[in-house]
Amino acid sequence: MTMANENKDNPTIEKKGFNAWLNKRLPIDEFVNSQLIGYFAPKNFNFWYFFGALALLVFVIQILSGIFLTMNYKPGELTAFDSVEYIMREIEWGWLIRYMHSTGASFFFIVIYMHMFRALMYGSYRGPRELLWIIGMLLYLGLMAEAFMGYVLPWGNMSYWGAQVIVNLFGTIPVIGGGLVEWIRGDYGIADATLNRFFALHVIAVPFALAFLILLHIVALRQTGSNNPDGIEIKANLNNRGNPLDGIPFHPYYTVKDLFGVGIFLLFFCGVIFFVPTFGGLFLEKPNFEPANPLSTPEHIAPVWYFTPFYAMLRAVPDQQMGALLMTLAIVAFFFLPWLDRSPVKSMRYKGWISRTFLGFFVVSFIALGYFGMMPADGLYVILARIFTTLYFAYFILMPWYTRVEKTKPLPERVSYDA
Amino acid sequence: MMRSKFSPLAALMLIAIVGINFAEASTEAAAQCRGLDVKHQQVNNDIGNTASLQRGARNFMSYCVTCHSLKYNRYSRIAKDLGIPDAELDKFLVLPNVKKTDYVTAPLSASDGEAWFGKAPPDLSLIARSRGPDYVYQYLTSFYADAGSVTGVNNLVLPGTAMPHVLSSLQGVPDALRCNLAAGQPGATIVISELVPGVVGQLDSEQYIGFVRDTVNFLDYAGEPTKALRTSLGVWVILFLLVFTGFAYLLKQEYWRDVK
Ligand code: HEC
Ligand code: HEM
Repeated sequence: MTMANENKDNPTIEKKGFNAWLNKRLPIDEFVNSQLIGYFAPKNFNFWYFFGALALLVFVIQILSGIFLTMNYKPGELTAFDSVEYIMREIEWGWLIRYMHSTGASFFFIVIYMHMFRALMYGSYRGPRELLWIIGMLLYLGLMAEAFMGYVLPWGNMSYWGAQVIVNLFGTIPVIGGGLVEWIRGDYGIADATLNRFFALHVIAVPFALAFLILLHIVALRQTGSNNPDGIEIKANLNNRGNPLDGIPFHPYYTVKDLFGVGIFLLFFCGVIFFVPTFGGLFLEKPNFEPANPLSTPEHIAPVWYFTPFYAMLRAVPDQQMGALLMTLAIVAFFFLPWLDRSPVKSMRYKGWISRTFLGFFVVSFIALGYFGMMPADGLYVILARIFTTLYFAYFILMPWYTRVEKTKPLPERVSYDA
Repeated sequence: MMRSKFSPLAALMLIAIVGINFAEASTEAAAQCRGLDVKHQQVNNDIGNTASLQRGARNFMSYCVTCHSLKYNRYSRIAKDLGIPDAELDKFLVLPNVKKTDYVTAPLSASDGEAWFGKAPPDLSLIARSRGPDYVYQYLTSFYADAGSVTGVNNLVLPGTAMPHVLSSLQGVPDALRCNLAAGQPGATIVISELVPGVVGQLDSEQYIGFVRDTVNFLDYAGEPTKALRTSLGVWVILFLLVFTGFAYLLKQEYWRDVK
């Protein structure tokens, strides 16, 4: 690998003892030198650049807490709910493990939404990072599948009815829909078979896929190098050793900075776990403390907050098939961003006011739709949901136009950084 | 299919007829008619108040456990968490053939419950989580006399409830005052405006509220036995993280000094 050579002018320190023995067999030092110290990241990363590392942290938290949950969780329609309560009450530290996992799910989405917003702001999806962005979107889809199936596992009443509504959406697909729904459920309704297969997918299949995609994501990132808040390529200005002038070694600079970010993150994370684990019914919904009951529909069915923007779109359209299509498009649209954006600059710092306005509308729409998706679908809410759905799509559909017509600011030669 | 004798339609007609008479009689009073809304009342229980939890446990074992189970709670665990000594605990084991390590089950089977009350009394170990402590408080404080109901009472937050007012010996049975929302207009919208003392019980209203608050506090505990531990531990975790984050910040500043 070429990266390893970048440090060749460091005098090689003679290794002795165990360290020498080990590195002869496993290139640990070489890996650290080439991948962490030898990787140059832009020095002007801001707040928004904490969230990639934090997403990794949450992934690890979910895997670890998940392993301990699995030791006592019992899939099956007669055992699932009881086993979760058993974990909460009788397993030592079970409540902590469970709250870590349930809070982790919501925090995963908070972190990922911030991570994605950063990319929208600084044009990180643009070339040469299109594939990095697409891998990210696949991660987002995987995360949605993981969260949805995980939510079914406690077999509460909202698990049951949420699964009912969401799985039925596949039934709106023409021709194959009906058969597909049955194939997913493994039964004529959401049942024991569904719960068992969701368990298998939730603990093995999807986490494996996510881990693999995360690896690809990071390899792709290393290939192109990080973007930065100015949206200019630091590789355009190299020093005589071939390193970016505006770059600093990832380790130790960003490892210590991320450590600080981790501290702040854990303050919020533990604040929720220890003081408001249900987060007022947003992270753990009240009806889910009642066991699944096919005969009693919750007063109104709403998915967990991170899906509600799409749920609001679904309900904004009278026809369920059209609603499901719209919802799908709302997610698929992201995949095309690298080619919809025609601006000569990447970052919002240098784009014009039209781009900023549309991004602002988009964010407001996403949050507003998230709110309407939690509320009963009453008259006014439906009308507002339609307006915000329109604004949401306007961001994507009009992008090829507004990114070309607006006046952009001149790009700087080097990144802006105040020590 | 067999229909219930007391159909909702008949009930509505009855209310309307009574209502019209009522409206004619007192248009003046009805001018300030407002429906009683208890859905915002808060119980303000304190899970850290052990004495209150102990009283609540005693209340539950005396007045509720004959019908309602706490199927996820063991007697011995309750005693341990609430600091109830063994001698006291024996008094809790009011049901025949229960051991200290048993879960709190109710002697009433679901089918008997359904046969007797029309609805099996639900398990209450998670009621404070699925409905919230405030709801349980509102439910237990808003029974009122209703001659039209099988149990002789009705409830503001769960109209037509199948549960009898099992605490009537303590609270008595309040009467509902009604008024007409649509006074001065044709038709009538009768609502309950106030609950006033009717048949009296052993406790005055303040004592009764205290009794209910203790009981709800206990149910709140039963819904999440580790709640008190969680919050007290949380304080230390946050303190530790503050120190950790402070040091991480200093470390970062130190390293970044040479980045220009
Ligand atoms: C005589 C049997 C009996 C006793 C004793 C009894 N209940 Fe109930 N309870 C019922 C029945 C029956 C229901 C079902 C009511 C319904 O759904 O209409 C019920 C329902 C409830 C509910 C749920 C209300 C809802 O919205 O679903 C709560 C809370 C409750 N009881 C609390 C208590 C408490 C606290 C006590 C002790 C002070 C108690 N009950 C004593 C029979 C009883
Ligand atoms: C499990 C989920 C994910 C993990 C663990 C993860 C991890 C990371 C990490 C560690 C970085 C580098 C640090 C940073 O730039 O913040 C990064 C960058 C990036 N990620 Fe992700 N990511 C995830 C999901 C996503 C998603 C869902 C998207 C978008 C659809 C995305 C798009 C990007 C982009 C565009 C970059 C480069 C940003 C830039 O250089 O400006 N990632 N990711």
